[in-house]
Amino acid sequence: MNLGEKMTIKTNLKNILLVIFATLILSACSTAKKSADIEGDVYTGKETVEYLAAGVPDRVFFATNKSSLTSASRATLRKQANFLRKNKSLNVTIEGHADERGTREYNLALGERRANAARDYLMTYGISGKRISVISYGKEKPVNPKSSPVAWSQNRRSVTVKVN
Amino acid sequence: MRILTFIFIINLFVINKSHSLIEIDITRGNLDPLPIAVSPLHVDIKSEQYKDLKTKDLGNKISEIIEVNFKNTGLFNPLKKDAFVQKPDIAHLKPRFEDWRLIKAQALVTGKLIIKDEKLKVEFRLWDLTAAKEMTALAFTTTPSNWRRVAHIISDKIYERLTGEEGYFDTRIIYVAESGPKNQRVKKLAIMDQDGFNTKYLTLGNELVLTPRFNPTNQMVTYMSYFRNMPRVYLLDIETGTQDIVGNFPGMTFAPRFSPDGKKIIMSFAKDGNSDIYTMNLESRLVERITDHSSIDTSPSFSPDGKFIAFNSDRSGLQQIYVMRSDGSNVKRITFGKGIYGTPVWSPRGDLIAFTKMHKGRFYIGVMRTDGKGERLLTENYYQEAPSWSPNGRVLVFYRETKAGEKGEGFSAKLWSIDITGYNERKLSTKTDASDPSWSSLLSK
Repeated sequence: MNLGEKMTIKTNLKNILLVIFATLILSACSTAKKSADIEGDVYTGKETVEYLAAGVPDRVFFATNKSSLTSASRATLRKQANFLRKNKSLNVTIEGHADERGTREYNLALGERRANAARDYLMTYGISGKRISVISYGKEKPVNPKSSPVAWSQNRRSVTVKVN
Repeated sequence: MRILTFIFIINLFVINKSHSLIEIDITRGNLDPLPIAVSPLHVDIKSEQYKDLKTKDLGNKISEIIEVNFKNTGLFNPLKKDAFVQKPDIAHLKPRFEDWRLIKAQALVTGKLIIKDEKLKVEFRLWDLTAAKEMTALAFTTTPSNWRRVAHIISDKIYERLTGEEGYFDTRIIYVAESGPKNQRVKKLAIMDQDGFNTKYLTLGNELVLTPRFNPTNQMVTYMSYFRNMPRVYLLDIETGTQDIVGNFPGMTFAPRFSPDGKKIIMSFAKDGNSDIYTMNLESRLVERITDHSSIDTSPSFSPDGKFIAFNSDRSGLQQIYVMRSDGSNVKRITFGKGIYGTPVWSPRGDLIAFTKMHKGRFYIGVMRTDGKGERLLTENYYQEAPSWSPNGRVLVFYRETKAGEKGEGFSAKLWSIDITGYNERKLSTKTDASDPSWSSLLSK
């Protein structure tokens, strides 16, 4: 075997490796795309979202076992507060929900805590607590019935519903 | 529902308490179940017709119920009837012991019944075939429509005689009957005999109902209902059907259970994002706050002596099980294992706490001592929770859900039971999907 032959083999190997790398990167991209709607366990997509008015989403999402508001959730709630300020006669109920991966009783408490987190935030933006009632449904009313991490993230939510 | 209150006249005509050769150790998983022959009960030819009851088959049917009860314990192996060697009436007088031993039976149940003057009279005997002795004999008189219960009571008496512990066959299970698609479930309170018969629905399904639990005398049930879209704890009188809201709380009340004396209901009350544990005395209506903590405190359960309360709380960050005195003092965390823990339920014997454990996406039902030591996980699955004890503290019933597909297909919720030995896991038969089971105490105690 001479030097030229060795070189060709090396280049070929390089090419093969490149192809493998490219495939890996591509497949990594496609998986990343699939879960792009979840950020650190919190749903960020729009699939299940409804609107109180144009540009005012009705719900915010939570991480597993958590009731803290993400910055995206706070932005949504500020839009809701703004909408409620403009519609002074409107009252709302905030429904708190949990995913199906916890015990029923704890999830009832968790849903209540989530609904109140949203309510408290609306109140700090000047909406009277008298206009906002809360109800927890725990894991009883999933919006997405599938058993998957994305469905669970869509179900961990609080939803603001007009009552009049 | 009058079935819960009728009187059994029990004539104890012989109880042979002398030691016997047959004994079943139920503290371990039984890999060698006791071969037992349950002879059909002899039906007296002088029996009268009672309503539409098929009197002729009754002896056979009662023996079959006993066999199913025994088989379900995992401790007994009821032998096939076609091998039986003696007619029921003759065997009941005195079995030919050597013939029954030939079919490898170690114990024999015989009996006879008669329906007369609208009364069902049943007597049975339990025979030790090895020692060639009668072990127990009992007679009952009751209204004929209670014939299934007679079979359960006989099963209890035999279980008691052979294991030295109380039985759990003359009992009921209250649960939530579920139907409809996963995201639009219709839920009703339902009650059935422990063997799945006599199912009755106690609510219509118009509102969501959850977590029913019996009081110590099995006449009342406390549960949670979304009646008028206000999630609150309710009290239901099974006999009269009367429903009452428990207390006047300005927010959600949930996770109710009775105190062991039946006088109080312990539950969680959620307000402003915080759930704490309260009790309410049903006579004086006095409400007491038991925990006062910014975390979620829920799923409370009294110890059978009423002195302690087990509950779960996320005060450490995630759900863990705690025990405190019944006045709320001396709170101690008892779970430190890997994973998170919920739904503690104190055993009726007082020695163990059953719980749900979640770890790495799997759900376990387990038991541990009341100080949290000696944890034993009995069963692992995709999703299961909410154990409830058999009245003798030997078996747990709980519910299990399956994974759902894109549109919720493949989802089911069923009741399961398992011995605290970790053996004898089995699905209970229910007419519909089912969850949140609560096991009654013995009805005829």
